[in-house]
Amino acid sequence: MAILNNPKYEDRIQWHLSKYPDKRSAVMPLLYIAQEEYGYVSQEGILEVAQLCDMDPTQVKSIAGFYTMYSEKPKGRYWLQTCTDLACALRGADEFHHDLLAYLEIEEGGTTADGLFTAEHVMCLAACDKAPMLQCNFHFMENLDLAKMKAWIEEKRAELEKQSK
Amino acid sequence: MEKHILLRGNDVPNIHQYDVYVQHEGYAGLKKALGMTPEQVIDEVKASGLRGRGGAGFPAGVKWSFIPKNEPVKYVTVNADESETGTFKDRLIMETNPHQLIEGALICAYAIQAKAVYIYLRGEFWDIAHQLDQCIEDARRHGFVGQNIGGSSFSCEVYTHLGAGAYICGEESALLNSLEGKLGQPRVRPPFPAQKGGGLYGEPTVVNNVETLTNVPWIMVHGAAEYKKFGTEQSAGTKLYCVSGHVQKPGVYELPFSTTFRELLYDICGGPSVEGRSFKALLPSGGSGPVVPLNDQVLDTRMSYEDTAKVGTIIGSASLIVMDDSVDMTWVASKVTKFFKHESCGKCTPCREGTYWLDKVIDRIMAGEGRPEDVKLIENVAKNMAGITLCALGEFAANPIIHTIRQFPEDFNRHVAAKTETRPAAGKKTAPAAGD
Ligand SMILES: Cc1cc2nc3c(=O)[nH]c(=O)nc-3n(C[C@H](O)[C@H](O)[C@H](O)COP(=O)(O)O)c2cc1C
Ligand code: SF4
Ligand code: FES
Repeated sequence: MAILNNPKYEDRIQWHLSKYPDKRSAVMPLLYIAQEEYGYVSQEGILEVAQLCDMDPTQVKSIAGFYTMYSEKPKGRYWLQTCTDLACALRGADEFHHDLLAYLEIEEGGTTADGLFTAEHVMCLAACDKAPMLQCNFHFMENLDLAKMKAWIEEKRAELEKQSK
Repeated sequence: MEKHILLRGNDVPNIHQYDVYVQHEGYAGLKKALGMTPEQVIDEVKASGLRGRGGAGFPAGVKWSFIPKNEPVKYVTVNADESETGTFKDRLIMETNPHQLIEGALICAYAIQAKAVYIYLRGEFWDIAHQLDQCIEDARRHGFVGQNIGGSSFSCEVYTHLGAGAYICGEESALLNSLEGKLGQPRVRPPFPAQKGGGLYGEPTVVNNVETLTNVPWIMVHGAAEYKKFGTEQSAGTKLYCVSGHVQKPGVYELPFSTTFRELLYDICGGPSVEGRSFKALLPSGGSGPVVPLNDQVLDTRMSYEDTAKVGTIIGSASLIVMDDSVDMTWVASKVTKFFKHESCGKCTPCREGTYWLDKVIDRIMAGEGRPEDVKLIENVAKNMAGITLCALGEFAANPIIHTIRQFPEDFNRHVAAKTETRPAAGKKTAPAAGD
């Protein structure tokens, strides 16, 4: 689909455009909407956001590239970002992340073959007292260990299997 | 603390809800402010001694007084970017006591006669922004946001804005650029945000941290004199201390600035997390402040701006990362250096190149391939970054290595001399190097 003239997003787009004296300021919230629609910030998304904010598409592209939360390629259904920054690393986050990648049988930043999970490490997420922790599709999961993650991963895999039947 | 000023969610269940909040002094500070002149509000905040909680500790009332009175358009931006390792206090305020932040921001807006407040949250605070939006709507329904606030002639809008993963957007001028839809890179100053040409859309703007503004309603209701009863002479009030790392009870604690490190780390946090281990080192202000050994002198220091300066460090945003004696301080320095290399926005050469070189040298040392002249090289690179970068990140970036060499030379020299493979913290395996 598209985000332009899409009833699903119309209200939100108008709301963001109305928040600022300059349309250009809406570029970040609108990029999130594009990412939601396409699963990543696609070329179509960039063109649409540029049109909505009265910006040059190359400017929109450079904004999307500057920030790490806009993804330029599709991710798995669950995008797992483990914090391995100092405070979390002191409580075993590096080891947790290492084991998680091994369990999913992927490399840093990779996606599992079934398209369900992408995993990578990130910098501090402001939850340092609850390490190991990660962010899954922008929601926090805290006080983790590998056993908890394995159970959660298998649950999601079972859900997928049920859906495909 | 018996009664909290900021973490009032600990005293009053569900204070994040509008109805509960108004039953407990909620929006009383704003109402009181509306009955005063803007100058009187600024004077009260000045008299309270409230200092900025985002790191630099600049007096809030003085900052507000810099805003020119005769400019027609002015803004308040709330810094909720909270991205420094070890910092997780603003998030807790917004989760548990969001109306008090909104009220504090509105009092600031009244004091400088701003037409709008923008709360800039780091992108990961997606759920929090959603809750804040609901709180803003609740406040609007009761006449505290929008036209003619509290029946007065003062009108002001409040909006949230989500960042998208860039530590540098916590730096105030980068934050303003990001909010304007530009690349989140710092601006050349002057003009400063408070001046015409320097703020949001070029208009005079106050940028304050979440915690700073959350103090303001309490100060309005109880008065500056009451507020000054907490803390020390130059550090009035209470502070949210974030404790992480090797303690038994990590978390956020609200305490007067007069509290010592020992009281917090032993009495409240329960001492070292692993039996048989002892405390070795402390980063009192996340990755960017100078590291100190956790000896008796430091432990008996009060956690105020003036006292921490006496032991060679800063309290900054009070993000205490505690390390026990299993930790190799060179590993810590390398972890933090990688963070700054990753987060350098690349706009100025000394920072972009400097962080690259520091990281390269420390990697070499960690791999057991350090050279005796590396210490000199590091000092040289650091010297060439100091004081000439566009923002303070360039200065922060040299801190971890420089202070590790100074405070823990044995950890450093061991790597260089013995050419040993390093032992990571707490016997843990390390994952692929962070930050690349
Ligand atoms: C690299 C860098 C990152 C910063 N990050 C933050 C941050 O995440 N939150 C914050 O409140 N202040 C941060 N600051 C400080 C802000 O620039 C600014 O001083 C602060 O928001 C002012 O508010 P205050 O006076 O209430 O502390 C940062 C500064 C620098 C140089
Ligand atoms: S000091 Fe570093 S982070 Fe700051 S503006 Fe220069 S390059 Fe960017
Ligand atoms: S260091 Fe991991 S959440 Fe802060």
